[in-house]
Amino acid sequence: MSPVEAGQDPIRVLVAKVGLDGHDRGVKVVARALRDAGMEVIYTGLHRTPEQVIGSAVQEDVDAIGVSLLSGAHMTLLPRLLELMREQGIGDKLLIAGGVMPDEDVVELKAMGVAEILGQDTPPATIVATVERLVRDRQALRAG
Amino acid sequence: MTTTTGAAAGLARGVLAGDVLAIARMISRVERRGLDAADDMAELYRAGGRARVIGVTGPAGAGKSTLVAALGGEFRRRGRTLGIVAVDPTSPYSGGSVLGDRIRMQSLWDDPEVFIRSMATRGALGGITRATADAVAVLDAAGKDVVLVETVGVGQDEVEIAQAAHSVVVVSAPGLGDDVQALKAGLLETADVHVVNKADREGADRTVAELRAMLGMSAGDGWRAPVLPTCAESGQGVDELAAALDRHHDWLLSSGEIDERLRLIARHRLKTLLTAFVHERVDRPMPGSAFETAVEALCRRTTDPWTAAHALLEEELSGRSKGRP
Amino acid sequence: MIEKDPDAPLVDETLGTRAEADLARWEAEELAGFLRRQPEEKEAYLTKARRPVRRVYTPADLAGTDWDDIGLPGRYPFTRGPYPTMYRGRTWTMRQIAGFGQPSETNQRFRYLIDQGQTGLSVDFDMPTLMGFDSDDPRSLGEVGREGVAIDVLDDMRELFKGIDLEAISVSMTINPTAWILMAMYIAVAEERGYDLNRLSGTIQNDILKEYIAQKEWIYPIRPSLRIVRDTIVYAARNMARYNPINISGYHISEAGGSAIHEAAFTMANTITYVEEVVKAGLDVDDFASRLSFFFVSQTDFFEEIAKFRAVRRTYARIMKERFGAKRPESMRLRFHAQTAAATLTRPQPMNNIVRTAFQALAAVLGGAQSLHTNGLDEAYSIPTEFAMKVALRTQQIIANETNVTNVVDPLGGSWYVESLTNEIEAEITRILAHVDSLGGTVRAIEQGYFQLEEADFAYGVAQRKASGEDVVVGVNKHVEPEDDQPVETHRIDPESERRQIERLGRVKAERDQQRVARTLKELEEVARDPDENLMPATITAVKASASMGEIVNALRDVFGTYVERPVF
Repeated sequence: MSPVEAGQDPIRVLVAKVGLDGHDRGVKVVARALRDAGMEVIYTGLHRTPEQVIGSAVQEDVDAIGVSLLSGAHMTLLPRLLELMREQGIGDKLLIAGGVMPDEDVVELKAMGVAEILGQDTPPATIVATVERLVRDRQALRAG
Repeated sequence: MTTTTGAAAGLARGVLAGDVLAIARMISRVERRGLDAADDMAELYRAGGRARVIGVTGPAGAGKSTLVAALGGEFRRRGRTLGIVAVDPTSPYSGGSVLGDRIRMQSLWDDPEVFIRSMATRGALGGITRATADAVAVLDAAGKDVVLVETVGVGQDEVEIAQAAHSVVVVSAPGLGDDVQALKAGLLETADVHVVNKADREGADRTVAELRAMLGMSAGDGWRAPVLPTCAESGQGVDELAAALDRHHDWLLSSGEIDERLRLIARHRLKTLLTAFVHERVDRPMPGSAFETAVEALCRRTTDPWTAAHALLEEELSGRSKGRP
Repeated sequence: MIEKDPDAPLVDETLGTRAEADLARWEAEELAGFLRRQPEEKEAYLTKARRPVRRVYTPADLAGTDWDDIGLPGRYPFTRGPYPTMYRGRTWTMRQIAGFGQPSETNQRFRYLIDQGQTGLSVDFDMPTLMGFDSDDPRSLGEVGREGVAIDVLDDMRELFKGIDLEAISVSMTINPTAWILMAMYIAVAEERGYDLNRLSGTIQNDILKEYIAQKEWIYPIRPSLRIVRDTIVYAARNMARYNPINISGYHISEAGGSAIHEAAFTMANTITYVEEVVKAGLDVDDFASRLSFFFVSQTDFFEEIAKFRAVRRTYARIMKERFGAKRPESMRLRFHAQTAAATLTRPQPMNNIVRTAFQALAAVLGGAQSLHTNGLDEAYSIPTEFAMKVALRTQQIIANETNVTNVVDPLGGSWYVESLTNEIEAEITRILAHVDSLGGTVRAIEQGYFQLEEADFAYGVAQRKASGEDVVVGVNKHVEPEDDQPVETHRIDPESERRQIERLGRVKAERDQQRVARTLKELEEVARDPDENLMPATITAVKASASMGEIVNALRDVFGTYVERPVF
């Protein structure tokens, strides 16, 4: 039963590619998987600046921002995204990152506020489940 | 920029002040099931009515999004602030959607006077859903001079857009099936402006000519919908489109047609909202509600469907408060 | 020149009929009996491209094939290889890529490699250089010199090749949207040093069409970008006899999610468009076709890959001859570089990657590659260590020296399976090319998202099958070892290096003749506005005036516009 039938509002996700890295195979698989799970997916396209991504996230009032980073520039880009989120008043939204990152970076990024980091081999179904869980938990927290 | 609390009253105020966060959250509220935005929407509706609403529709592949972006840019150049609502279909199987119009409008992303919102139809029938019209009202109240609405363009939605916009642009492109014949019944007459996009393609001149001929045949008096060739990607013909829309708007005002148009819009708003309320109560009835009681009665055959439905409607319309069943 | 010999069907009727009859009886007797006792493990047996294969092949499967379709190596249609002797005459080039940091650092690495006996250099560039941004552009922050060398101005190119004899060393530059600028800089350096341009050997990847559908590095819209590639090919054809101005690539199409058939077919579609463009500019196909080179992946379905290489060679030969009227054999002969598939490397149990790479390398060799890059075992999650690179190189050396597969040219020629698969893949390529034609050609097909959707669909299927375990990945969804996780190591930005490069650029910009730069950029813009003019001379002039790559790119943005992608799901 789709979320709409189940009486829940669909989850809205911004799927973003930041920086100059042009790998979008994974991000497209994720977008499809999220759509097939009943979510509304807004894809930013490639080569976006952090400002463009957060500006879009604000207007679309998404439940989660998913960023795919395969270039290794995550320690520059993810903190910048978090900073912009706070500046623009959406610091409470979920930022989820996907890609190839060293463990110590993952630890540091999560401490900074990235909600979850999903490795490159994560099956699509797991990504969907993770997004659902994180979003619904956050919604429950707000309602309560 | 004011920060916004989650409290309902604060949201409307934020929208009226033009706060981007408030606008975004208000649109989310009107989209959500539950339909509990009455207080805010009352305030916003009273403050609105200034924005020009322009609907853009047409078959898939005509380049609507690119055209909307180009047209938006042109309005910006003319000093107007802009709201854009881009609607994409929800998959009937999964309930999900990929909303792919924003990405075609990157040229407007960095402009603080432009607010772009992507919306999915969420199973609602009709290209201009109740939620879409509410989103337009929010942008209106936020002070946008022009609101462009890009709809899905399938089924009878294209015709519906006339009931929600002051001006309607119908976009086609050469090589999309039978060209002019592909425009569904009613769409030809619906348009206030016809656009033949991708005008650099082969067959564009022919499409323009065919359209003009067909429109000439159904000539009435009053507004004559122009047929304009454009090339949205390069921007060619877009300033003529903006000018034509300005002319249409002027004509609506000078001829008095605007009243009829506004009446049509009001009628449609009320109709869709009423229908939405009824659907809401019927789709997710509370246990113990009059609806559920009626269902039980039907099963026991102590009443019949017609009588039961009449009675429920009476109850709804007879001045009960805005509470749930 | 190529006369049509009388038909020589590979399989005569008697044999064909007999084989079919034998097969039928065998299926009813030995096979049926055996299956009752031990059914087969799978319902269907498919290649990685999802094409069904038979249980066993017989001559009957080649009933429609003519001997001339296969023929001999170094002869049209080159199914069996571009040269008569292949590796008996010369082993494939073992070309491993490397590159990082500032031009001076890369220069040091190059001179070391040359001292070690390497005769070809391969340059990797940083992301800003690949995408057309100078090191001082705000969008380059955190990226300068990180994944490759940063090149902004001619000085950088001089530094990169300081003390290197460009006439003796072949230089390959993996660069696309800005390839023409880098090529101009390379030419400028060569001219400064008094080299004869006709003696320079090397290549630029310069395959912009595959960017729109696979690698996604772009600046301008499709048509102006195609014009730029045309200009480089024309310029090289007229001035650089030994240079390969383009490396038409399928590798990225595969990595982006395409199957082996997509890879081969889409590469051919791109090739057709490039050849058309250059021919439209007035060149005879035989003037430039021999300098077209190719780059494919060597993926994991062993026989499918071998058949793919053979099929694409035959298809290309036929296209060049029949569609474009080429007369010289060199114009019809496809030569390619292969790289083993990075997408198949896993982070768990990385030693397994050595084995994967070895099989993929063997497929490339049996498929007749002219040069080969084998991936390092740790490339999925790390900057390749020297150990990994060495094992990768040794893999090639063992194949070349110990296995004896190089003793015979096209050893799998004549295999009923391999020839059937080759026929099938060729048929599929042809079908797809006809479809692309019906869409209005490659550029129109890209605009309509045809290639992209095929890739996205196939990639989705692969992801689902991996997740479900239907596609086995040893160590990932089968034979998994718990708590086996390799530490990820990525390229760190060296802020010092970035700062130094930006400083250098600042100095060059301050010290050059600004008016001269402005003049050359204006001239370049004017040349760009006329689609019949060749951009190369004006670009060479501009780089000699120390105009930066970013300045050149931006000047032409006003003329050409910027590409806006329409992603398909």
